Amino acid sequence: MDKFTISNLDLYYDDFHALKDVNLNLPPNEITAFIGPSGCGKSTLLKSLNRMNDLVEGCRITGKVLLDGEDIYGDMNVNHLRKRVGMVFQKPNPFPMSIYDNIAYGPRTHGIHSRAKLDDIVEKSLRDAAIWEEVKDRLKLSALGMSGGQQQRLCIARALAVEPEVLLMDEPTSALDPISTSKIEDLAIELKKDYTIIMVTHNMQQAARISDKTVFFLLGEVIEYGETEQVFSVPNNKKTEDYITGRFG
Amino acid sequence: MKDMKETIMKIIFLISACASILAVALICIFLFANGVPAIGKIGAGEFLLGKTWRPNNNLFGIFPMILGSIYVTAGAIIAGVPIGILTAIFMAKFCPKWLYRFMKPAVDLLAGIPSVVYGFFGLVVMVPLVRQFCRAFELNGNGSSIFTASLLLGIMILPTVIGVSEAAIRAVPDQYYEGALALGATHERSVFFTVFPAAKSGIMAAVVLGVGRAIGETMAVIMIAGNQPRMPKGLFEGVRTLTANIVLEMGYAADLHREALIATAVVLFVFILIINLLFSLLKRRQK
Repeated sequence: MDKFTISNLDLYYDDFHALKDVNLNLPPNEITAFIGPSGCGKSTLLKSLNRMNDLVEGCRITGKVLLDGEDIYGDMNVNHLRKRVGMVFQKPNPFPMSIYDNIAYGPRTHGIHSRAKLDDIVEKSLRDAAIWEEVKDRLKLSALGMSGGQQQRLCIARALAVEPEVLLMDEPTSALDPISTSKIEDLAIELKKDYTIIMVTHNMQQAARISDKTVFFLLGEVIEYGETEQVFSVPNNKKTEDYITGRFG
Repeated sequence: MKDMKETIMKIIFLISACASILAVALICIFLFANGVPAIGKIGAGEFLLGKTWRPNNNLFGIFPMILGSIYVTAGAIIAGVPIGILTAIFMAKFCPKWLYRFMKPAVDLLAGIPSVVYGFFGLVVMVPLVRQFCRAFELNGNGSSIFTASLLLGIMILPTVIGVSEAAIRAVPDQYYEGALALGATHERSVFFTVFPAAKSGIMAAVVLGVGRAIGETMAVIMIAGNQPRMPKGLFEGVRTLTANIVLEMGYAADLHREALIATAVVLFVFILIINLLFSLLKRRQK
């Protein structure tokens, strides 16, 4: 069964029609890449999946988004939704507190206060995000002292600590150097065993390297959706081909 | 010709820039030149820790007034800071827009009210209330007291605390707030456990500025604090602050008495200096 079922989704920012009749089925335990030129709506769609668009004034949504068959714009508690659907932002945004407290923030939010339990969660999350070895001796130090790449992996670990089912990544490597980028990419591939990953990226190679499925957006519409290999080698749509080969975008 | 203009304008700017520095320097020189010798004559220990202020008998101990200022300021912090900080959080993160349009000017107005008007309000409204309270519970005190002054000063520091705290909270990047929401935290939790701690040093700066305002306040305090130059006896009894001491006796003081009052101002000045240092330290840490 598909993790996300998006049907007839339209999204408006006031009068601006940002997403037009989007229909997508996103399978579990795969990496789905959203690609397309700036302003095409890919980030907007990503933020619709954990309702971060609720924060945007004048944002209006019609249509349905089902998570495991449940309508996330229906009766579902939005905080519970965001626990199930974690998010990693474009710019690493660790909280101005210790590394430990950053990871423990989510679990504490959801009522876990036992020291031993938190210790376990912190270690496991940091291990899963492949950053444990680098930070295990300075868990009590401020997270703001880490490098950008480390901060981003910390943010991934922080998202993992609440045991989500889905991980949304909004251009997670656009602010990072190539080495940090490849670490995050390896991590994403590792994580898809346990999580469904949906990633917005501007980097064609990245999408081709790590994703299983690719969605190409243009002006708020889904132009093409398919297996990454197929989209990149024999795209069905001329516009997709033009974009991928760099003729515009 | 053009160079000439440049030079003249440069000099004008330089003079303007120096004016405020000059003013501070002159005040410093005046205070210390007149005050420090007096402290020497009275004896620093006698002056700062002496418990009796009786100029007629050449007893110049300002310890009661130092305590008075500290008590009244502490009281103002206890009364004003929690309300101020919570108001700032409300205004920055919870307030609906239509309400904000009324609240912001109201708080600004609070800052603009002359302190003598505050004092008059205290004298006419608060003092009688506290007096009734004291009678009802058979406490000593006629209403002019540490308690009354603290309460009024608490109100007077509100605009400072609210304004600076609100700015500090608004300066916290939205990404912290959004990061917390994305972990499934509620709006309230994101605000109180992520945004608020991130604004901590700015809010501390607000408190320090509030302390500065409270300790320097004169007019309103004189009108409602009782002004007895004696060791503070209790929450509901009168007290004299450093500022009140200076103002009340300056008019008729002469010789050593006059110098002792200037020395009192030196002590007050040092207090304010410490507070300003704290403030700039906190400001630096915020960056």
